[in-house]
Amino acid sequence: MAELNTRRESGVARVAAPIYLLLFPIPVVLFVAALLTDIAYAKSANIMWLNFSEWLIAAGLAFGVLAAIVLIVEFAASRAIRTGAVGWAHLVLFFLALVVELFSMFIHTRDGWTAVVPTGMMLSILGTLLALAAVATLFTVPVTWVVHRHVEVLP
Amino acid sequence: MNARTTVIAVAACVALGACQSGHDNFDKSTQYGPDPQLPEPSRALLPPMNVSKVVGWQTGETPTVPQGFRIEAIATGLSSPRNVLPLANGDLLVVESKKDGKEPLERPKRKVMDWIEAKAHGGGDKPSNRILLLRDSDGDGRPDSQSVLVDGLNAPFGIALVGDQLYVADTDAILRFPFRVGDTKVGDATKVTDLPAGAINHHWTKSLAASPDGSKLYVGVGSNSNILERGSGAELNRADILEVDPRTGAFNVFAHGLRNPNGLTFYPGSDVLWTVVNERDELGPDLVPDYMTSVKRGAFYGWPYSYWGQNVDERVRPQRPDLVKAAIKPDYGLSSHVAPLGLAFYTGASFPAQFKGGAFIGEHGSWNRPERNGYKVVFVKFENGKPVGQPIDFVTDFLKGDGARGRPVGVAVDKTGALIVADDVGNTVWRVTASATTS
Repeated sequence: MAELNTRRESGVARVAAPIYLLLFPIPVVLFVAALLTDIAYAKSANIMWLNFSEWLIAAGLAFGVLAAIVLIVEFAASRAIRTGAVGWAHLVLFFLALVVELFSMFIHTRDGWTAVVPTGMMLSILGTLLALAAVATLFTVPVTWVVHRHVEVLP
Repeated sequence: MNARTTVIAVAACVALGACQSGHDNFDKSTQYGPDPQLPEPSRALLPPMNVSKVVGWQTGETPTVPQGFRIEAIATGLSSPRNVLPLANGDLLVVESKKDGKEPLERPKRKVMDWIEAKAHGGGDKPSNRILLLRDSDGDGRPDSQSVLVDGLNAPFGIALVGDQLYVADTDAILRFPFRVGDTKVGDATKVTDLPAGAINHHWTKSLAASPDGSKLYVGVGSNSNILERGSGAELNRADILEVDPRTGAFNVFAHGLRNPNGLTFYPGSDVLWTVVNERDELGPDLVPDYMTSVKRGAFYGWPYSYWGQNVDERVRPQRPDLVKAAIKPDYGLSSHVAPLGLAFYTGASFPAQFKGGAFIGEHGSWNRPERNGYKVVFVKFENGKPVGQPIDFVTDFLKGDGARGRPVGVAVDKTGALIVADDVGNTVWRVTASATTS
């Protein structure tokens, strides 16, 4: 890890990393929120919660796609990520989350109860778990593309 | 904003392409008549949307009619004509109608559907929302003058003449104008009653019929949603046929649970009210059959809780088993997604005898179905005041390839016994006559 942390990264990777860390949490939070509104709909049958879910998932996907593009740029620019298992785990989990949430959005466009119960809710749970697992990968190691700038400025 | 819309749109297209390649093996003729086959509900990943791009009628093009009949355009270049009322002197009133304004954006789905549906509607900024009077002075069946009888209406659809009173159902009110057959001007409008409209106003066409004695008006008010997905608050007095006292404006619900009732017409020589109804979407290409039915006072026809009697719609919560139990079956299935908007019983004498007392139905055409259905005028034979047999395609070929040259809406029988068809997308009024019976 030490070797990775002190490796000089390209300029693109230096710019992309903080942008990614800014964008990535947005879809995660929106997907979690959509799961909560799904639960609220399943408990109440109040159509307002279904509309919330549909907006939250759609917005989550929009920011998710932006984040995914930046992540791809980061992968292209940073050898440190490409060669580390954690980076790949993060990418695969996050992309899977987006795919599941895309299907979830399609199901959520149905009218009424079957937009959520049972398929929409199951997809929401799965997509949220995958997104949270992608978050968890960031805790496993001091990932190079998070900290390398700080390492470099040490005397 | 833009990013979100684009994502949804791209996703929709991908899934749509997949949907449209699907093949439809169901024999839709099993859905004609009193006992239609009802397949299991099927839900695609996305609702199939196959709307027809408007291509319009080229010079000389007409719809096709059966042998022994001929069809001609009697008014062209109109602005979305949706309904027609032939008068006893041969004048023809044509209701031009466009709904103003968009429905509120409650969910991202709305945006995508609006975008896809937009191509199915005729463009043009010509004045609409008015009633034209077409006059045929020389009696050749072809109108030779055209004037504006009423202007500045709000998405009118229903029209009925009772004695010297012309009733017009705007989307938000029933209006009354003093008018005698032969007049080219109407008197000042009086509002009879407000009708459910509001910001959403999803199914906006208000069909209108007067009882044979003229003492009551009947108005069809379509639902504000597919299956209650805008909440029950949006559906007050909707999916109903209302019975209105034209003197006081007081109304009561005559029948309910009719998702989008149009073509309100009394069967000739009877007190039986008939209607054609647009049933619900997104349960598959062969659910739910649209229908024609006589309307029983106080009856419940299922929407939104069930369809065709007791077939429960699982999408609606909370469920209402009490209402489902009371739901009655309609009289005659027309097959799914044909979108019937016009109904006229044949009261003329110039068509062959089998047409007497039968029903012409204007089918505006499907969107929620990979293979298009409707887009034609069909005829259903009646015996003893009841529909019998299978429908006959009567006016067809509104489609051309992937495009729609026109779409039929209101139908009526004029004083010579000819069939008049309003074609809103083709901006044309068609007249079908029996050709001379020399064979």
